[in-house]
Amino acid sequence: MAWFRKEKRGLKIQPKKTIPDDLWIKCDTCGEILYKKELEKNLMVCPRCGHHYGISPEEYINILFDKGTFSENDREIKSLDPLKFVDRMKYADRLDKAVKTTGKNEAVVVGEGLIDGIRVQFGAMDFSFIGGSMGSVVGEKIARATRRAIDRRQGLIIVSRSGGARMMEGIFSLMQMAKTSACLGRMHEEGLPYISILVHPTTGGVTASYSMLGDINIAEPGALIGFAGPRVIKQTIRQDLPEGFQRAEFLLEHGMLDMIVLRSKMREHVIQLLHFMLD
Amino acid sequence: MNGTYLDFERPLQKIVQRIEELRYIATSEDLELHDEIGKLEKKLIRLREDIYRKITPYQRVQLARHPNRPYSLDYINTVFEDFLELHGDRQFRDDPSIVAGWARFEGKPVMVISQQKGRDTKEKLYRNFGMAHPEGYRKALRLMKMAEKFSRPIITLIDTPGAYPGIGAEERGQAEAIARNLREMAMLKTPLVAVIIGEGGSGGALALGVGNRVLIMENAIYSVISPEGCASILWRDDGEKEKSAVALKLDAASLKEFGVIDEIIPEPNGGAHSDFSSAAESLSMVLAKHLKQLSRLSPEELVKQRTEKYSRMGEFEE
Repeated sequence: MAWFRKEKRGLKIQPKKTIPDDLWIKCDTCGEILYKKELEKNLMVCPRCGHHYGISPEEYINILFDKGTFSENDREIKSLDPLKFVDRMKYADRLDKAVKTTGKNEAVVVGEGLIDGIRVQFGAMDFSFIGGSMGSVVGEKIARATRRAIDRRQGLIIVSRSGGARMMEGIFSLMQMAKTSACLGRMHEEGLPYISILVHPTTGGVTASYSMLGDINIAEPGALIGFAGPRVIKQTIRQDLPEGFQRAEFLLEHGMLDMIVLRSKMREHVIQLLHFMLD
Repeated sequence: MNGTYLDFERPLQKIVQRIEELRYIATSEDLELHDEIGKLEKKLIRLREDIYRKITPYQRVQLARHPNRPYSLDYINTVFEDFLELHGDRQFRDDPSIVAGWARFEGKPVMVISQQKGRDTKEKLYRNFGMAHPEGYRKALRLMKMAEKFSRPIITLIDTPGAYPGIGAEERGQAEAIARNLREMAMLKTPLVAVIIGEGGSGGALALGVGNRVLIMENAIYSVISPEGCASILWRDDGEKEKSAVALKLDAASLKEFGVIDEIIPEPNGGAHSDFSSAAESLSMVLAKHLKQLSRLSPEELVKQRTEKYSRMGEFEE
């Protein structure tokens, strides 16, 4: 007698969509079925709706630098877990796990290379490593890249993609905001160019330090950029957030960005800017 | 000590009330109760010492947020003379959560820039609970630059749960305002002493906190995230705030050990809220010492000392 009973309804929890290793994938935004190789050729931007998928520091290096000119610096700096922090797991174990699963040492890659023949210092954050969070190592690497730019009188480009400060390093992570900004203060006085590229997502202590301090602030389309996360704001003000809130287009409209640039046009724009500021 | 008592302060409340009763009886009925009152007062001191010796990190957080704790204006009115408030960022509006202006410290002109939480409901709303909007940070920067222009030292008093997370704050560039303050403060050619008097809430506190010296009151805290926020993210349960307060090491002694804080300003037995004037005196003494040390540095040396101080911050290995 059970056949007429209503099937239980309710929200089914669907696993978060990630890009599978399959040949075909479905676009998160527009639902278009895409041939993966085609998407990769298009720099991980959906050819139909223009959605910019997150990419790694290495991919930004490929996109921005003259072929084969980039070399990495400060690869071996590792976090020391100064608070001996334990939440539901040890921070030390969390770090080990991140190193194993990502094959990276930390949440930023720094180095130098040529862009249209111009030597620049560079950093790009890796969101896959503990949410691209900034602890002592990220701060130190960014600071060193900045100091190299000052010492050698070169430009600096940083691609930010981060959830903010790494709370497992407590006050040390907060101090990285001051540290990186202080270095940029010196760079600013030296009259050297700094281009900040903000990609999805950039929030918290990273936005509130070096990401917003570019001579030029550039974002990729649709990138979420903000100080407080949307959830925190919603909890605080107990209202729904307006459509498009904290997206790159919203920031441009409110005067926080110089421009929004498609990934495919990023190198071209950076080259133009470097020539304007350095020639 | 009037007003609110925290849970762990309750045993003190009983004794305080008993002392008050006896005093009342003594005066109204003309009785000799000195011995009795004296005994209770001694007991109160011992009990206070006992309670404060065994304080947990989360209790420290509660003390830093104590509703009776002296706020910036309480210090401004006692530690400084001739305070003259200045308003506005010259761009959008005046943010009342930041109170700033010229004042005299030991007779010499200084710029005081502070965060004010608000004592009663009406003032709390007016001060936005001490949470600044971008225009607050921009007012602070405008006045820091003014102090630099006239070669006057800057003293900041920090007491905030954090920078305000709201729609308007994001629209007007909360992140940009904080970031710019960090960069510009690092380069100021005048002495800057930051004092955390209560709650040092993350970026919202740091935006006034890039100093040649950073001082902290004994029961104040300074953290990258509130224990509640940290618990809800890492433990997925904001009830675990006691655990996260332990893990974050946000108390004055830990921060001093880490080199983030230059000196801890002792508070009277029972906390700053038990005796405002002695807390203010204590702050005044330590502040005077550091301002005197900094007065010997040239503008270039001040910038160098500050930028190098922050360059060293971080724990890593190669």
